[in-house]
Amino acid sequence: MRAFTTLLLRDIKLAARSGGGAALALSFFALVATLVPLGVGPDLRLLARMAGGVLWVAAVLAALLSLDRLFQGDFEDGSLDLIALSPLPLELTALAKIAAHWLSTGLPLALLSPLLALLFNLAPPATLILFVSLLIGTPAVSAVGAIGASLTLSLKRGGLILPLIILPLLAPVVIFGAGAVALSLDGLGAGNALGLLAAFAFAAMLLSPFAAAASVRLNLGG
Amino acid sequence: MNFLFRYANPHHFMRLSGAVLPFTAIAALLCLGAGFYLGFSAPPDYQQGRTVLLMFIHVPAATMAMGVYGALAFCSLLSLVWRHPLSDTAARAAAPLGALFTALGLVTGSLWGKPMWGTYWVWDARLTSFLLLLFVYIGYMALWNAIEDEVRAARAAAILALVGAVNIPIIKFSVEWWNTLHQGESIVSGKLAPVFLAPLLLMMAGYAFLFVSLWMIRIRTAILERRARNLMQAGAR
Amino acid sequence: MNFDMGTYAAYIWPAYGVSALALACVTIWTVVAWRRAKARLAALEKSQGPAAQKP
Repeated sequence: MRAFTTLLLRDIKLAARSGGGAALALSFFALVATLVPLGVGPDLRLLARMAGGVLWVAAVLAALLSLDRLFQGDFEDGSLDLIALSPLPLELTALAKIAAHWLSTGLPLALLSPLLALLFNLAPPATLILFVSLLIGTPAVSAVGAIGASLTLSLKRGGLILPLIILPLLAPVVIFGAGAVALSLDGLGAGNALGLLAAFAFAAMLLSPFAAAASVRLNLGG
Repeated sequence: MNFLFRYANPHHFMRLSGAVLPFTAIAALLCLGAGFYLGFSAPPDYQQGRTVLLMFIHVPAATMAMGVYGALAFCSLLSLVWRHPLSDTAARAAAPLGALFTALGLVTGSLWGKPMWGTYWVWDARLTSFLLLLFVYIGYMALWNAIEDEVRAARAAAILALVGAVNIPIIKFSVEWWNTLHQGESIVSGKLAPVFLAPLLLMMAGYAFLFVSLWMIRIRTAILERRARNLMQAGAR
Repeated sequence: MNFDMGTYAAYIWPAYGVSALALACVTIWTVVAWRRAKARLAALEKSQGPAAQKP
């Protein structure tokens, strides 16, 4: 357990030190939220209808930015070999890295989302649903992202192929997350959508450490 | 399972596929020809008119798109769990064919949609799922190409294929859910008159035989290429 | 066989055309790749002589 938390805290610190941790993802998130109205025009009613989808897609892309470095840094300097040899099972290592990634990316994105929802004239009840959906859904983004990150960790230009691999797999997350917001806007209950989102996120958190660990092992030459 | 492993040996596979190939190839031609003939001989459909002809090339392509991925995922499972030697090659060989069928499904689906509802693209559940499936195929092939070490690439691709296999039903479900949420239209509806069943089944069989033939040739080609590589490395010593 | 498509001809023929073209191309590509691999292997086996008959 101590090994788990140590790894978790270490990864968060590393994320904060290089690339400014959450700052990069948050800036990207805000920039996309700014560019879209520039692209589609300032019609607030239109923006309000689009807000759920736009902000969800922007959040997924922002979370992607730091994913390719999830395992790569440790792989390149040899720490990953040492970590793999430690008594902590590789699956838990993967889980720790997923959690660290979420805490330094997904969670801040969710926290910023109400402010950006303001730019889109999204009604308060829907904004709350957006916030909750991001809170529940971004762990799934980190989890599925970790699978892609571990598969591509040996690639120098792996960052290009990573989105290609995992974005189709993240379609359900975007659908349920943005769908929840759309349902709320129409005055219908978003509970169903949030439930499906939570189920997906739970399954992702449960299963992806196994896939990620298997991928790390094959890359370490196991 | 033993049956599968008996033909894991490249020599055995070459012999078996060499014997079977002429039959599957001829079967493909016969089925496609007969399906084409029967399809164009059938009267126009009560609801869809002559556009029902598009069903005869859309449904086989779409079915193969999904089926090939299933075969690919099964080979990946054989590769990862049972270390079946030839299944990596088989999975890799199947992917471009599956991607092609998916693309054909999208094109024929689009051309079927235009006379039906006036636009070349609709975000209905099936077409959207196929678009995502196409990306899954592309990602799979890209991963194979990106990793230099063949053994590593094979195992990474196998993991990705299995993750995709688990995810694709979820994707389909979520897209259908999304579709009902936004009240989209569905591309295929209603029952099929019996006169159309025969050409449809023939075309589906034809596509399947064609895939199996091409798949076997591609695996055979890969085996020969590996032999050539081994010879070159041996000669270099 | 009835080839009268009416107004739908503009959709049916391109669809069949693209399908036929794509399937023909992939078949040709597959067979060409096979022939090329076979020829290359034969050339290599010839140049390296009977000593290179390793499995």
